[in-house]
Amino acid sequence: MRTLYQFHGGIHPTGNKTQSTQCPIARMPLPSRLVIPFRQHAGESAKPLVRAGDRVLKGQLIGMPDGFVSSAVHASTSGTIAAIDMQPIAHPSGMPDLCATLIPDGREEWVPHAAVDYLGSDPAELRQYLRLSGVVGLGGAVFPCDLKLRPLRGHPNRSICTLILNGAECEPYITCDDMLMRERAAEIVQGAEMLRFMLEAGEVLIGIEDNKPEAIAAMRQAVTDSGLPFEVIVVPTIYPSGSAKQLIRILTGLEVPSGKLPTDIGVQCFNIATSYSVYRALAHGEPLLSRIVTVTGNVRQAQNLEVLLGTPVQELIALGEALPDTNRYIMGGPMMGMELASTDVPLVKAGNCIIAASDKLFPPAPPALPCIRCTRCAQACPADLQPMDLYWFAQSRDFGKAQAFSLFDCIECGSCSYVCPSHIPLVQYFQFAKSEIRAREQEKKAADHARERHEFREYRFEREKQEKAEKLAAKERAVREAVAASAATSPQPEIQAAIDRAKEQAATVEPKNTDNPTPQQQSEIAGIEAQREHIRELAKSSVEHTKD
Amino acid sequence: MLSALLVMAIIAIVLGAVLGYSAIKFRVEGNPLVEKIDAILPQTQCGQCGYPGCRPYAEAIASGEADINLCPPGGEEGIHKLADLLGMEFKTFGGNTVIKPKAVAFIDENICIGCTLCFQACPVDAIAGAAKQMHTIIAYECTGCELCVAPCPVDCISMVPIEEKITTWKRKYPEQTLVLAQ
Repeated sequence: MRTLYQFHGGIHPTGNKTQSTQCPIARMPLPSRLVIPFRQHAGESAKPLVRAGDRVLKGQLIGMPDGFVSSAVHASTSGTIAAIDMQPIAHPSGMPDLCATLIPDGREEWVPHAAVDYLGSDPAELRQYLRLSGVVGLGGAVFPCDLKLRPLRGHPNRSICTLILNGAECEPYITCDDMLMRERAAEIVQGAEMLRFMLEAGEVLIGIEDNKPEAIAAMRQAVTDSGLPFEVIVVPTIYPSGSAKQLIRILTGLEVPSGKLPTDIGVQCFNIATSYSVYRALAHGEPLLSRIVTVTGNVRQAQNLEVLLGTPVQELIALGEALPDTNRYIMGGPMMGMELASTDVPLVKAGNCIIAASDKLFPPAPPALPCIRCTRCAQACPADLQPMDLYWFAQSRDFGKAQAFSLFDCIECGSCSYVCPSHIPLVQYFQFAKSEIRAREQEKKAADHARERHEFREYRFEREKQEKAEKLAAKERAVREAVAASAATSPQPEIQAAIDRAKEQAATVEPKNTDNPTPQQQSEIAGIEAQREHIRELAKSSVEHTKD
Repeated sequence: MLSALLVMAIIAIVLGAVLGYSAIKFRVEGNPLVEKIDAILPQTQCGQCGYPGCRPYAEAIASGEADINLCPPGGEEGIHKLADLLGMEFKTFGGNTVIKPKAVAFIDENICIGCTLCFQACPVDAIAGAAKQMHTIIAYECTGCELCVAPCPVDCISMVPIEEKITTWKRKYPEQTLVLAQ
């Protein structure tokens, strides 16, 4: 018998699970219209690969993963893409997001798909395959599954020693994992073996809360049948034992340090529905196209349905037949789920439960009273935080202090709000503070980036100026040098030669008529000279005359 | 008497040497306060404070030359942070300061004549283009400083406010009415 551990705090809300486990999982009839959001996972939205008017087959890739944290999106059935546009989705902001509207043709025609021989494949290839199959964590975080299967960075020798399958399903009303384990235990176990193979994990532990005896029996039977050395461990029912860090604590006694991931302590945790999707993807080549959804609460027929992703929530509600006094709908559980602003939103990979709520079933919280610092929230907090202090910092927007008090270790489970005698919506304050801090970090990053670019620009200007000055100086220097050189050296040799030749010629040529004149010639010359002198005299006197 | 003087002198020399060494070894380049102030400023480099960029404004604040309420893009929160850092009283913006929503510049490419004046003005090189070629804003690099708007000779640049998207959406402060005990 394995020793189980306890995590701090936790609460015991009424389970309300039996209503929806009375009948087996039903297949939801094909809806008349599917709206498939391109962001159904944590991280970047997938990039559309189809256009309005395209005919698509069931399982066809319509959204390509875009970015490191991203996953693929597929056509849930065969049909025609009617539009790619912004549609309302289930999001606390109530804002629309990019979706593909698919009109099914009813033929359910598959794209060619085949099983993958995972034992003969490289884990990196399998990860890429799972990424393109759109397999994400179905426990609620919808984190791309392939990223959780990466080898540990910075720990070349440290591998995952423990793989945990999370079948705790601690939140009230939700029974989709319970029913999946009851009905498809063998596939889940096979999927776990595939995950174990990819992670090269040592042991595999399957944790299930003790309020699901049928699921425990089915899983135990499946493990025995498979002959795999997995261990099904029954854990006590306490909320939130289904949170990864808390389940790791219960099963292994290890605590994930603040700000760290389970992989940092050699543990990895997957939801059982994720394991099932991994099995469908590798053993059948089927991408993630549907999921099990619990439709419960104030309905005539609470049950679990296998629903195609993109099915409008209102069709689910119509099938469950909500009672007339239903006044709102919750996607997810009563503890962590969100109220839907409209039921005209598609069901996505994260949508594990739809609860029809009435004031009778969920009486509205009385108005909040001031915090009396009773510390009941601190006693209930499974993350061992001080919610009353965090509340104080969040409501006064002292975000630095909130962060210093480990706000980001809060898993938003709602245990603190549940026990608060003053009915303070504590989790809403923490969500607000987290959102603000994240936005500020983004802003800071953008500011740092802008500063870097500005400084680089200034540096570039400075450099350009310097380069220009250097160029100018070099040019000036070159000109000056050329001038100096021409002044210093004698004329060019050809010219010099020409001058010398001319001089030589002048020297060698003998004057003929001026040398040795005859006396007659001399007298002639003297006569001419005298005449010239006379003319000069005349010219001079005439000039003087005109001057007068 | 003599030995006491000697001891004091030696101690003085040793301490002096330590101080002198540490003055060289642990020398701080520039004013560290400027860095801290600059880290608070939003780095839009818009010059609305009257200084040519965020760093010059940070230097002016550090030297006591400029007031802390001159940065509209930083918002009142920026003033609060500066006041906290500098141990000063919070001051609101002056009367004629307009705080605009965050925006990015947009070039109407049908009108742009490719004069390059805007990207000479852009403090973060967020405009791509060349002479007589169409210019365009690299939206994710744009800080919304509006410095490119005025130089444009054909007025083809407008500021488009950034709309809240699902990825930039922030949770609102919880609505809660406190009921005081009667």
